[in-house]
Amino acid sequence: MSLAARSLFRTFLQASATRGIHTTPRVEQSSSREAQRVTCTLIPGDGVGPELMYSLQEVFKAAGVPVDFEPYFLSEINPVLSAKLEDVVASISKNKICIKGIISTPDYSTEGELQTLNMKLRNELDLYANVVHVRSLPGVKTRHKNIDSVIIREQTEGEYSALEHESVPGIVECLKIITAKKSMRIAKFAFDYATKNNRKKVTAVHKANIMKLGDGLFLRSCEEMAKLYPRIEFEKMIVDNTTMQMVSNPNQFDVMVTPNLYGNIIDNLASGLVGGAGVVAGASYSAEAVVFEPGARHTFAEAVGKNVANPTAMLLCGTKLLRHINLPKYSDIIQSALIKVLDDGKVRTKDIGGQSTTQDFTKAVIYNLH
Amino acid sequence: MALRLSSRFIKTPFLARGYPLVVGKEKGEEIAHSKTTVQKKLLTRIPGAQYGGRHSCTMLPGGGIGPELMTYVRDIFQYAGCPIDFEVIDIDPTSAGNDDLDYAIMSIKRNGVALKGNIETKSEDIDATSRNVALRNELDLFVNVIHTRSFEGVPSRHKDIDIVLIRQNTDGEYAMLEHESVRGIVESMKVVTEENASRVARYAFDYARRNNRKRVTTVHKANIMKLSDGLFLEVANKLSKEYPEIEHNNMIIDNTCMQLVSNPKQFDVMNMTNLYGTIVSNVICGLIGGAGLLSGRNYGDHYAIFEPGTRNTGTAIAGKNIANPIAMLNASVDMLNHLGHREHAKVISQAIHQTLVVDRIHTPDIGGNHSSTDIIENILRILSKKRVHWNHDAINV
Amino acid sequence: MAVRLIKKFFNRILITDKNDSTTKVSAALSNGLGRSYSSGIQKVTLIPGDGIGPEISAAVQKIFETAKVPIEWETVDVTPVKGPDGKFGIPQAAIDSVNRNKIGLKGPLMTPVGKGHRSLNLALRKEFNLYANVRPCRSLDGYKTLYDDVDVVTIRENTEGEYSGIEHEIVDGVVQSIKLITEEASSRVAEFAFQYAKQNGRKKVTVVHKANIMRMSDGLFLRCCREMAAKYPEVKFEERYLDTVCLNMVQDPKKYDVLVMPNLYGDILSDMCAGLVGGLGLTPSGNIGLNGALFESVHGTAPDIAGKDLANPTALLLSACMMLRHMGLNEHADKIQAACFETIKESKYLTGDLGGKAKCSEFTNEICAKIN
Repeated sequence: MSLAARSLFRTFLQASATRGIHTTPRVEQSSSREAQRVTCTLIPGDGVGPELMYSLQEVFKAAGVPVDFEPYFLSEINPVLSAKLEDVVASISKNKICIKGIISTPDYSTEGELQTLNMKLRNELDLYANVVHVRSLPGVKTRHKNIDSVIIREQTEGEYSALEHESVPGIVECLKIITAKKSMRIAKFAFDYATKNNRKKVTAVHKANIMKLGDGLFLRSCEEMAKLYPRIEFEKMIVDNTTMQMVSNPNQFDVMVTPNLYGNIIDNLASGLVGGAGVVAGASYSAEAVVFEPGARHTFAEAVGKNVANPTAMLLCGTKLLRHINLPKYSDIIQSALIKVLDDGKVRTKDIGGQSTTQDFTKAVIYNLH
Repeated sequence: MALRLSSRFIKTPFLARGYPLVVGKEKGEEIAHSKTTVQKKLLTRIPGAQYGGRHSCTMLPGGGIGPELMTYVRDIFQYAGCPIDFEVIDIDPTSAGNDDLDYAIMSIKRNGVALKGNIETKSEDIDATSRNVALRNELDLFVNVIHTRSFEGVPSRHKDIDIVLIRQNTDGEYAMLEHESVRGIVESMKVVTEENASRVARYAFDYARRNNRKRVTTVHKANIMKLSDGLFLEVANKLSKEYPEIEHNNMIIDNTCMQLVSNPKQFDVMNMTNLYGTIVSNVICGLIGGAGLLSGRNYGDHYAIFEPGTRNTGTAIAGKNIANPIAMLNASVDMLNHLGHREHAKVISQAIHQTLVVDRIHTPDIGGNHSSTDIIENILRILSKKRVHWNHDAINV
Repeated sequence: MAVRLIKKFFNRILITDKNDSTTKVSAALSNGLGRSYSSGIQKVTLIPGDGIGPEISAAVQKIFETAKVPIEWETVDVTPVKGPDGKFGIPQAAIDSVNRNKIGLKGPLMTPVGKGHRSLNLALRKEFNLYANVRPCRSLDGYKTLYDDVDVVTIRENTEGEYSGIEHEIVDGVVQSIKLITEEASSRVAEFAFQYAKQNGRKKVTVVHKANIMRMSDGLFLRCCREMAAKYPEVKFEERYLDTVCLNMVQDPKKYDVLVMPNLYGDILSDMCAGLVGGLGLTPSGNIGLNGALFESVHGTAPDIAGKDLANPTALLLSACMMLRHMGLNEHADKIQAACFETIKESKYLTGDLGGKAKCSEFTNEICAKIN
C-alpha cells in the first residue's frame, strides 16, 4: 500500500517537473518579486544538533538574514518521530540548500538494513562531494598554528557501498567499489575548487601501493584530471604517510582529494588539529544542491540539554550557506562577529577551554553583530 | 565463466589500456583541421562543472574593450545574484607562445561554457594562427548562431528585422591552410566537408522547427565554386526533405547582400558557410544599428562560447568609457539561458531592454551621448528593484 | 572469477589454521618464552635490509654485544631470487632460517613501486603468517614535538581486511575491491591485544571500528573483540569509531592506551601515532605470527644517506628491545632501552633527523658507554 502511494507520489513529482519545464511564461511573471526571501531546508539532527540549530536561527534572526527555514526532523535512532526520507529529499531538491546537524547511526540496524540514513540521503540526492575546510581559528588554543587546508572527499562509493555479506559463517566480505566516473568527478571537483579559490596544490590521498586496482583507478583518474589543470600543483600521498605528515607538519597541505573512508579519517584528524568537532564547518555538494553540516560528524550526544556545545561549526556553516546563495554581506557580518568573539576569548565554550554555555556564546555573537 | 574470461581478454582491460581522456597537444600543428569522430568521443568524458547549483564558467576578456565589458558583466551578475563563478583567464596578446591559449582551451573543456571577448593575435608571424579561430577549431564549435533583432528606439534604416544567422564555424575559408607553392603565388584552401555541412544544416533546420520559424535560406556561391559550395548546398537540400514543414530556398551570396539591404524582411533563418557568415552578420548589424548590440553563440557538441555577435576588438575606443556594453550583456544573458538560469536571464534582459528602449540611454555608436557606465548604472538601478532567488528555475542542462 | 579467488584465499587460511585459534595464539605467545632458557644462547635471524639497513643493524649488533645479550645472530640476505616457478621471491635459506629460529629482526627493505615482484614486506608477512602488528609509540624526552604525552600501542590485524588483495575490474572503469573479515582472524588479534595488555601492564584496550557504516564486516570484528573482552575482565575495554579516535588522538593522546583494529585502520593510525612522537625513525614495530615473530624498523631505506654514517638506529634498536621482551629477556631490554632514552634525553649525541649533528657511530658509542 505504502509502496503504491510512494510510486504514485513520485509519478506526480515527475509529472510536475516535466510540466514545469514546458510551461514557462506564466509562472515566472509573479515570482521575481516574491522570491526575495530564500527558503532553506533544515535538519536538526541528533545529539546537540537541535540546540546548535536554535543558536544559528537566533543569530540569523538577529542579523536580519532573509532566509526562511523548512525544518524536518530526520533521525535513525528515533524512527517514530522521524520525517519521511522522501519528503526531506523533495524539500532539498526544491530548495537546493539545506543545513543539517549530525544524524547518529546505530551500530546495528533493527531491520538488517546495511545502508544508514545518512548514506541514503547522500545517495538519494547524489551528494558526492564532501568539502571540509579546516582552518585555525583565532582564540582557539591548539598545538599547530596556521592550518588552512580543504579536504574533499568522495562520499557515495568506496568502502561505504553497503555491499556486505557473510559468505561462510564467521567470514564477512565487504565490497569497496571504485568507478572511473565518480573518481573523475570528484577529482574534477577538487581541481575546480582549487581554481575557484585560488589554491595552489591538490594532494590525492590513496593506498594504491596495496590496493593496486581500486585505489589505483582513483589515483589514475586524479592524474588524468591534473593534466587539465597545468597551473595547479598535483601530488600524491599514501594515506598512512598523510596522517603522519598531518600531525607533524600540517601546513604543507592545501587541497586534498580522497576516496570515501580516507576522507573520513583525515577530516576528523584535521578537525582535531584545529580544535575539535565544534569548530569545523563542512558541506556536501551534488550538481544541484548543497547540504551544509559540521565537518566532523559527531552528535555529542552526552551533552544533550547541558547547554555546553560549541555552536561555532554550525555558525560557520551558516556563513558558508549565505555566501553560496549570494548574500556575502550577511555572511561577512556574522563571520566577523564570530571571529571577534573567539578572538576576545572572554566567552568560550567548554571544548575550547572556557566555561560559557551555548547560549552565552550565541548571545555574544549577536551582541557583536553590526 | 569461460565466456566472461575470454571476453575480458579480447577487450583490453581498462587500466592496461590507459585512460583515453584528454586529447593531447601533440597535434598542435594541425590545429585547424576538424576533429575526427574518435577525438570527439573522447572529449565527452569530462564531467560538468556544476556544484551545488552554481556553475563555473570560463571568462576570456580578450583585448580592446573586452576587459571593461567583463567588469560590467560581473557587476551585474553579482547584483542580480546569478549563481555563476567565473574563472578569468587573460591572454597576453603580445606573447608569441600559445601557453595562455592552451590553458584557456583547457579551462573551457573543464567548465563547458565560456564568455569571451575578442582575442587579439598581435604576432606578425606568418605561422601564427588566429587565436579565435584556433579556439573554435580546438573545441569543435561547429556552429555560430546570431539572432538579429531590431531594437526599438535605436536609429536604423530598417525596422522589425528578425533574422537568425546560422554559420558554419570551423570549415570553409577559415581552415587556415595557406601556402606559397611558387614564389609570388599563394594558395588558400577552402575546405567543405559533408559531415560538418550537414551538422550545421541540421542545426539550422532543428532551430527553425524548435522556434516555429518558417523558412531556411542557404547562402552559397555554388555557381562559381561548384564543388565546395555545391556540396554545402546539396547537403542542405537533402536535409530539407526531412523537414517538410519548413520552407527551404537558396540564394547566392552577392544577391543575398543586395536583398538584405533592400528587403531584409524576406529572410528568416539563414544557413551559410564561414566567410559568408561574417559578411552577412556584419551587414545585418549595420542595418540595425551597429556592432555593439548583438550577441553571438558558438556551439559544439560539448562546449559553448558566448561572445559579442560581430567579432570586433574595439581597440580604438578602449578605456574611453564609450564602448557599447549591450552586446556583451546580451551574450551573458544567452549564457544564463544556456545554463538554465532562465529567471536571471529574463530579469537582466528586461533591464537591458528598458534601458535601451524606455530610458533611451545610448552610447555614441548608436547616436546617443551617454557613457558605458551610464548604461550599467541604469541597469543596476533597475535590477535593485527586483532581485531574484539565487537559484530560481535552474534546470539541469 | 571472484568466487574462485575468494575460495583460494579461504583455503589458504583454513589449511594453515585448522586448529582452534585460541590455543594457537597462546602457543605463539609462549613460544618465545618457552625457548629462551633451553640453552643459554639463542639464535636470532637478522635481515639487515637495504639502504641504511646494514649500518643500523651493525649499530644494534654492537650495542647488544656490549650489553652481553645472550643472542647469536644469523644474518641472511633476502634479495629476491628467481624461484623454480619463475617468480621472484625470498630465498629459501632466509625462510628456513626464520622458521628454525622462530624470531627475527629486520631492517628496512626497498620495494620498487609498481614493478614486477610484490612487496617483500608483504611476502614475509604471508610467509610467516604474521597476523598482528604491534607498534608502541611513546614520546621521548629530548626530542621535542608538539605532543609530549603520547603513550599508546597500536595493534593491527595484518592478514586480511582491506589488504586481502582481492580486486577485480567488473566492467570498464568499475573496480571492486573486497574487504574480508573473518571471525578467526579477528578473535586471534583481539586475544593477542588483551594478552599484550595484560603482560605489559596496560590498563585499557580500545577497539577501533567503523561498524556504523560497515555494519557486517566491522560489526563482526567488533563482536569478536567484545567476546574476547569478556574473557579478560581485568583489562578495561572500550569501543570507539575510527573517526572519533582520529579526532581525539590529535587533541589528547592520553585518552588511549592499547588500540586494536583491522588492517587498514591500523596502518593509518599507527603511522599517525608515529607522527605524533616524531616520525618512523623513533618507533619500533613487531609482527607476531603463528610461525614466529619478526621485529622491524618501519622507516624507509633512505638511500640518500646510506653509507654516510648519518642514520638513526633508534627504531631498529627499540624494535630489538621489543624482541628481547618477547623472548623473555626483559632485563637486557630494559637496560638497553634506558641507555637509549638517556642518550636521547641528554641531546648531546643526536643524529641529523632529530636535529643533532652526531654520526650514527657516535650515537651508538654513547649508548654503549651508558650500558657499561
